[in-house]
Amino acid sequence: MPTLIDNRPPEPETRTAVSAAARARGKGDAKGGLYKPREQIYPKLVHGKWRNVKWALLIITLGIYYITPWIRWHRPDGFPQQAALVDFTGRRFYFFDIQLWPQEVYIFTGLLVMSALALFLVTALFGRLWCGYACPQTVWTDLYIVVERLFEGDRNARMRLDAAPLSFDKVWRKTGKHLTWLAIAFGTGGAWIFYFHDAPTLLRTFWTGDAPVTAYVSCGLLTCTTYIFAGWMREQVCTYMCPWPRIQGAMLDHHSLQVTYLGYRGEPRGPHKKGQSWEGRGDCVDCRQCVVVCPMGIDIRDGAQLECINCGLCVDACDDIMTKMGRPTGLIAYDSEAAVSHRGSGCKPRYKPVRSRTIYYALALGIVGGLTLWSLIARPDADLHVIRDRNPVFVRMHDGAVRDGYTLKIGNRTFVEQRFDVAFEGVPGARLSHPGAQGEHVSIVVPADQVVPLRVFVTTPPNAELDASVPARFIIRSGDVQAEAKTVFLSGAANPQ
Amino acid sequence: MAHERETDHATGVETTGHEWDGIKELDNPLPRWWLWIWYVTIAFSIAYWVAMPAWPGLHSYTKGMLGQSDRANVGKELTALELQRGQGAAALRTASLEQIEKDPKLQAYAQQVGQSVFGDNCATCHGIGGTGGKGYANLRDDVWLWGGKLEDIQYTITHGIRSGDENARMSQMPAYGRDELLKPEQIDDLTEYVVKLSNRPADAGAVARAAPIFETQCSACHGLEGKGNQELGAPNLTDADWLYGSDRASIRGQIYAGNGGVMPTWGGRLSPETIKALTVYIHANAGGQ
Repeated sequence: MPTLIDNRPPEPETRTAVSAAARARGKGDAKGGLYKPREQIYPKLVHGKWRNVKWALLIITLGIYYITPWIRWHRPDGFPQQAALVDFTGRRFYFFDIQLWPQEVYIFTGLLVMSALALFLVTALFGRLWCGYACPQTVWTDLYIVVERLFEGDRNARMRLDAAPLSFDKVWRKTGKHLTWLAIAFGTGGAWIFYFHDAPTLLRTFWTGDAPVTAYVSCGLLTCTTYIFAGWMREQVCTYMCPWPRIQGAMLDHHSLQVTYLGYRGEPRGPHKKGQSWEGRGDCVDCRQCVVVCPMGIDIRDGAQLECINCGLCVDACDDIMTKMGRPTGLIAYDSEAAVSHRGSGCKPRYKPVRSRTIYYALALGIVGGLTLWSLIARPDADLHVIRDRNPVFVRMHDGAVRDGYTLKIGNRTFVEQRFDVAFEGVPGARLSHPGAQGEHVSIVVPADQVVPLRVFVTTPPNAELDASVPARFIIRSGDVQAEAKTVFLSGAANPQ
Repeated sequence: MAHERETDHATGVETTGHEWDGIKELDNPLPRWWLWIWYVTIAFSIAYWVAMPAWPGLHSYTKGMLGQSDRANVGKELTALELQRGQGAAALRTASLEQIEKDPKLQAYAQQVGQSVFGDNCATCHGIGGTGGKGYANLRDDVWLWGGKLEDIQYTITHGIRSGDENARMSQMPAYGRDELLKPEQIDDLTEYVVKLSNRPADAGAVARAAPIFETQCSACHGLEGKGNQELGAPNLTDADWLYGSDRASIRGQIYAGNGGVMPTWGGRLSPETIKALTVYIHANAGGQ
């Protein structure tokens, strides 16, 4: 049962036992109403290694998102030339050389399960990295803050501007910011719809007004959500709306790496003048840099909190200050609860990336990943499903022959038309036929990338001696594209007429 | 459960006074925007009452300003469906039965239509699988009383059998026992003869006695060899397929009473296109002729 590390110095008992930090955050007055107005957060720009990682990820993830629909991919005529496409009307999903049919939704299920397990594993090892680095909410908020800084300046300038009375300067800065935000939001919603339709075509029809209604609705909806979430709501989404932080909180244990303030090294905190001795005091100079850079508006020195998204910006800010002070960096660092308490009590810190929880997650991830990959690779080029007639189960002919009816669903996964020859094995001397065509040989043309149903009859020779239920199979073949499916032939032997 | 409200040390937030297994519930204030969204939903619901059907009354309900009605929407969709079916029906109207059966698309359509029409109109007697029963013809095998070619089936459906339609298929087997045309022992002998016809062991003496009777009484319709006659709907007596049962008692009962089933005429009730579709459906699923 992990407990919160309370890094704060013990306080004298006050009238209500409220911590200084809680009071500082303005939550402490018990007279707080039922509803809380939002406190505007002005994150300050920070430089450092984690900030650089975040910049890189921002460019990579947004790049992937905006560019992917424009990648062209050669497929035969009549098929989309877009590498990644979710074709709802044709009910197909294209991804480079992979093409999925709706009935292969289990592969998506596999991907989703893998994503969940990967998230569990990463969270158990390194804490809420997803939240801090890869979540769209975080990435787009970061981008929006860049725009905000461009128009209004950094933290202090923004605070001054918000407090200032209305003026021309204020109006154009605010207007410019919101217009740019809206443009980005529109680009985001716009990029989204390209995944569902041929991008160049849609780009043209979108402006001529010929695009499907769903395209405009989706685009509008995502424009709104992007603008509202990344522009206006930001940390509120993570704290109040998103279930993932709660789920991820359950993944953490003593050995997960989290952004941690090393209280034993930092306390007692206090201002430090140049030339003063560091004896008998902590390294924390109470400069509040870690607070002002925090996009969630929290003070990491209060210990682990549900708002913390593990983004490491306070780590960069603190390292910067410590370097200037000539103290070792890492007063705030990615560290595990266990290691901190070890070090605090003077032992060597122990990290345990390999533990039952992570082994289990990694194993489950490997198994699900392997199964998903295997089911993707092992798909044949042809599909065959057999539906046996259930009413009547069999029909006895006047000459004593028995006839069973089957419906074959023949799928052609290739990009060329195939003529499949249908064969039936299991009943000696049985004859295949299908309505509308007489003769021994049953074959059917299946257009590229389609499923065609085919009714066939299997008739035994007259008075054949058969068991009540004979295992049998259908085989379809077109060159080297083939598939087979097991079925049974019911001869009615158990209940002779 | 309920305790005093107290202030939590770590967060500085009041608890609700609820406690489960030592875990106390904090009473954090809701964000204000959340409250506003709640107000918006209330406003939305009021607007919804005005715009959409909402409140039930004793005999009616509030209709709403937008005139939204699920009943009307379903009506619209049904009309659209009728139109769509009209196109299919047009294709069925112009094509011949053979063309319908040869063309995969038309055949698939006809099978769909046929299947649903069959379930609504024919399954009552012939069974949902079309396998019939005692006194009702099996439409799945290759035995046909009145012919199993496409045109034969179409004619049978259109005019029926003994239906009173002036063009209906018509024949009547005499009730040899009930009308005392034959003596009971002659009927017994004939029964043995019919059993023998279908290659089953029978009393040789009775068969010999019945042979002349069969020739005079039965062969006119059933043929000298008992092979039947589709012109008259006379069944083949040499095969394994029996409309009224294959055991001696059933055969004797049929000779005694001369039953003949009635099939309604569908010509006036179903459109020609529907009958075409039904014909193709039955023909395609039968042991073809």
